[in-house]
Amino acid sequence: MESIALLIAAAMSAGTLLALAALGLLINERAGVVNLGAEGMMLVAAVAGYATAFHTGSDTLAFAAGMAAGALLAGLFGLLVIWLNTNQYAAGLALSLFGAGFSAFVGLGYTQEKLSPRLSHQIPVLADIPFIGPAFFKHHPLVYGTIALTLGLAWFLYRSRSGLILRAVGESPESAHALGYPVRRLRLAAVMAGGALCGLAGAYVSVIYTPLWVEGMIAGKGWIALALTTFATWRPARVLLGAYLFGFVTMLQFYLQGQGMQIASQFLSMLPYLATITVLVLISSNANFIRANMPASLGKPFFPGS
Amino acid sequence: MLKLEARPQPSRLMALCSPLIALAVTVLLGVGLFMLLGKEPVRGLQMFFWEPIRSAYAWSELGLKATPLILIALGLALCFRSNVWNIGAEGQFIIGALAGGWVAMQADASSSRMIVLAILLAGVLGGMAWAAITAALRARFNANEILVSLMLVYVADLLLNYLVYGPWKDPQGFNFPQSISFLAVTKIPRLFDGSRLHIGVLIAAASVLGLWLFMFRSYAGFALQVGGMAPAAARYAGFSSQRALWTALLISGGLAGLAGALEVAGPLGQLTPYVPAGFGFAAIIVAFVGRLHPVGIVFSGILMSMFYIGGELAQSRLGLPKSITGVFQGLLLFTLLASDTLIHYRLRWVRPAAGQQA
Repeated sequence: MESIALLIAAAMSAGTLLALAALGLLINERAGVVNLGAEGMMLVAAVAGYATAFHTGSDTLAFAAGMAAGALLAGLFGLLVIWLNTNQYAAGLALSLFGAGFSAFVGLGYTQEKLSPRLSHQIPVLADIPFIGPAFFKHHPLVYGTIALTLGLAWFLYRSRSGLILRAVGESPESAHALGYPVRRLRLAAVMAGGALCGLAGAYVSVIYTPLWVEGMIAGKGWIALALTTFATWRPARVLLGAYLFGFVTMLQFYLQGQGMQIASQFLSMLPYLATITVLVLISSNANFIRANMPASLGKPFFPGS
Repeated sequence: MLKLEARPQPSRLMALCSPLIALAVTVLLGVGLFMLLGKEPVRGLQMFFWEPIRSAYAWSELGLKATPLILIALGLALCFRSNVWNIGAEGQFIIGALAGGWVAMQADASSSRMIVLAILLAGVLGGMAWAAITAALRARFNANEILVSLMLVYVADLLLNYLVYGPWKDPQGFNFPQSISFLAVTKIPRLFDGSRLHIGVLIAAASVLGLWLFMFRSYAGFALQVGGMAPAAARYAGFSSQRALWTALLISGGLAGLAGALEVAGPLGQLTPYVPAGFGFAAIIVAFVGRLHPVGIVFSGILMSMFYIGGELAQSRLGLPKSITGVFQGLLLFTLLASDTLIHYRLRWVRPAAGQQA
């Protein structure tokens, strides 16, 4: 029972980092831009966050550094694809490859170090409830912040005027342009906001989740986040649920090992990747389900005629 | 202010110049990086652009590194031209290495040199099989090939780890995670004494020719590329997009698997967790920098292996981290994509006129 509560807690923690990145990607995909560079942005942000936490001792500054790093890289990507009309897939891949090399390069001095583990924050009274307490009420504030962010984003997209404009930019940039909205500037803003959230996710990994820096430590989580936005058909609440589900699958391997399962650890480690493929297959086979919410101009460049 | 203006026709001059502009900008950024790190830029550039070509031996090492890059990039170029986004060549490379390695481990005193052929064939089939998973899931369920092929890289990597830490671990290997060293009979023939260059470089050259013929001189290759550029036109002409998907993925998977088998039965000589060296990802850059053209890929493959060798030298002689190779590779792709804009657009200096509507 105790271990199941811990499994739920770990799944929420792992789900949070996926959700943060996936919500960021959702924002820029709603604006019509696909950024395959999530993995690279998260890696660079993880180093930036780790180094900041290491030198300043402040987690808040570390998160800010991660967000800044993510937004900066996303801005570079945005300039390429929005103003120079570069192929979005190719530019995103370039960002991922560059981020992998650059983070390893910058992070070399930090591989021997380790941050002191961050204490979990307990919510008074609620944390003392048996089972429920350790499972749901002993988390880093960012875990709750991500839930709030999900609700806020859902409200923004469907209930606010700015959200409507953002969606219009992703659905039909021509119409938005004709109405006088600065399509390219809005897309850049959305891409940078997405980068900032991917950066926050990266910093969360290296400062809170592990907390250490190892080359390539994101290990595909950026790509899984990318898949999540598709699974969730671009709906914030589904992103969060999907992220927790994936967090659960990721953590299941440690739980199963703890239970003395006679399976080589490598096969258990394959679970999140195999789960991603499986869910992708299940969801994609129903074309109507995917298309129902997909931004109509996703991945298509927009170049206002003179 | 500067404004982009669409050209009536793509500029052929810029198509040729763009990789050179990109290289120049990358070198400039590299000089800045060296200065930032307090290293002498000239020494740094020497490691990357002079040391790898200064002697016959250096050239042979360059060819050795370029071989897998060129083989994999050829297949990826075919994929990208057909609008099939195979990002998982690294996984197909690993499975090719595993399949080739498994055959190599079956060798004994009675084996003939023909086993080398079996090793290479196993590599090709392994890579094809791994790519076929992506093709099947995309064809049958419409699952995104970028994500599927990429997830399969992690799966392949874990499978390699399982084998070298488990069933394939050398019992006499002092508990190191590595397979037995393959017998000499399985070694891929070398071209010259005193260098590690092997016949893989000839296979790569033949593949360049073969793929050029397929892309530009065959009906099937033509149909494939039309499907990538204009899906509606391809449908109208009756070209099957399913067939294009399978052809592109099987050819690229086979080439990546072949590269994997060549590596394990060539310079590596055994399976270790370090078989995946990132060639599958670097080859994406090679393919783009080579303009998705077989001949261009030869040049960009050589350039990229200069980065690899330069990175190793910068590590041993200048004390720089080896990951600088990845930084340069990424920068090159970035700057190339940016300067490619000049092929389709020209820059115009436009004076913002007063009262003009934006």
